[in-house]
Amino acid sequence: MSIELGDVENIAHLARLDLTEKEKEEAASSMSNILNLIDQMQSVNTDDVAPLAHAFDTAQRLREDKVTETDQRDELQKIAPEAEDGLFLVPKVIE
Amino acid sequence: MIELGLAPLSRALANGEFSSVELTQAYLHQIAQENSDLNAYVTVCEELALSQARAADEARSQGNAGPLTGIPIAHKDLFCTQGIRTACGSKMLDNFIAPYNATVVENFIKAGSVTLGKTNMDEFAMGSSNETSFYGPVKNPWDRSLVPGGSSGGSAAAVAARLCAGATATDTGGSIRQPASFTGITGLKPTYGRVSRWGMVAFASSLDQAGTMTQSAEDAAMMLNVMAGLDLKDSTSSDTAAEDYTKDLDKPLAGLKIGIPTQHFSEGLNADVEKCIREAIAEFEKLGATVREVSLDNSHLSVSAYYVIAPAEASANLSRYDGVRYGYRCKDPVNLEDMYKRTRSEGFGTEVKRRIMVGTYALSAGYYDAYYIKAQKIRRLIKNDFQKAFEEVDVIMGPTSPHTAFAIGSKNDDPVTMYLEDIYTIAVNLAGLPGMSIPAGLVNGLPVGLQIVGKDFAEAQLLNVAHKFQQATDWHEKSPVN
Repeated sequence: MSIELGDVENIAHLARLDLTEKEKEEAASSMSNILNLIDQMQSVNTDDVAPLAHAFDTAQRLREDKVTETDQRDELQKIAPEAEDGLFLVPKVIE
Repeated sequence: MIELGLAPLSRALANGEFSSVELTQAYLHQIAQENSDLNAYVTVCEELALSQARAADEARSQGNAGPLTGIPIAHKDLFCTQGIRTACGSKMLDNFIAPYNATVVENFIKAGSVTLGKTNMDEFAMGSSNETSFYGPVKNPWDRSLVPGGSSGGSAAAVAARLCAGATATDTGGSIRQPASFTGITGLKPTYGRVSRWGMVAFASSLDQAGTMTQSAEDAAMMLNVMAGLDLKDSTSSDTAAEDYTKDLDKPLAGLKIGIPTQHFSEGLNADVEKCIREAIAEFEKLGATVREVSLDNSHLSVSAYYVIAPAEASANLSRYDGVRYGYRCKDPVNLEDMYKRTRSEGFGTEVKRRIMVGTYALSAGYYDAYYIKAQKIRRLIKNDFQKAFEEVDVIMGPTSPHTAFAIGSKNDDPVTMYLEDIYTIAVNLAGLPGMSIPAGLVNGLPVGLQIVGKDFAEAQLLNVAHKFQQATDWHEKSPVN
């Protein structure tokens, strides 16, 4: 499997990354090598194998539906790049 | 005193041979001497450490000391520490000061331990050489032109250079065991879910597990006693009861059944490393163990499956770095998309971007079944292989790495070369099993690590097996510090 520049541009957009031309070329080459490594998986037939998402097949633990956290908004917003009046500030979204 | 391991230090503090303040000062002095060259620590917490040491000495004088009280340790810089920067080796988190402590950190504070600082690491724990860190590579204390391994290279180098009594670390595909092997120390990756992941910066959530870097298995058992246990804040934390991991250390090994995977002694393994490993296994036979070959038929596919699963989980986990709530934000974004894209492109390093891209690709429409589902199926085959082997044997042993530490800069041309570094360790994470690396010899003056893999939640047995070996040999006492 080889990755072309167009594929790289598409994936980079999906991942919200902005790559320079040089980075795109490097990514196409290194990702092609990585996909060759990954494609070794295809050498084994797994038609009758169930996927394993997690090392232990356990059910999600549930807890009682009650409030356990206290309000720490001000504490958490202290480390925000930009916050005002309890809100996170971002560039204008709606024109 | 800093040449001692954690367990002897604990006894010395209990006997009043020196105080925690004296011990902490000795480490801080050694860090001041060595760290500018080794780069093992990215943050040193001198004031905090000394105040914790004073509190520990005070607690001891009142009869309130536990085994870890006053013991100076270091945390890998992906455990959140309240009020102290947690950068995870990344420019993205260079300004991040967590508003809370990771459960692991909190447990050590409750135990009265002293926090010397935060250790360097590959960016977001993605690497096998500690060269992807935003803060520069860590040097191997045995030979400063070599890498210490990764991603927990800072923790490994700090323990090996006697810059702390023990360190926390994490292992997603080998990040505790491989650097432990390269720096001649004892590394323990517990069973998935044994130690809480709460407050650990996430890389691949179905694989990440916190563990220990120490001089000996006894030291590791003492640290694990503080770390292990159910944490309701981590939904994958196990409710299997934690044990006293020191209780079985001295059990005789007579009758222990050791499995040697054929696939871990094949092409690619350095002949001198193989000799060390075979000699170590012969030592176990002298201690009463029996050895037989086992087959892990799908182990050659573990790196392939891992490089789908880990990047896929990483691409999802790292989507949180968007410049909105914390961490880096690019300058003067013109709109939201520009902010996302420039924040992430400027904040992440090359290897992290590469893995996000691979993961995004594997999860994207049209490729999901061929890559992600296929990898999960291979993951089951790999787990089945281990289960079959463990019907016949108690532990599995082999080399941790195919070779000793390599030169800084020597494996950066092709990422696949670096990925294959973890060829013997990665399957253990996919299966969720506990694994260790212990010093088992020297080749041309460089440490060789023996990997020991156990059954689910068999940490006490692994530590017993490692401890008995360390009672019979002195490889774990070899040190680059004279």
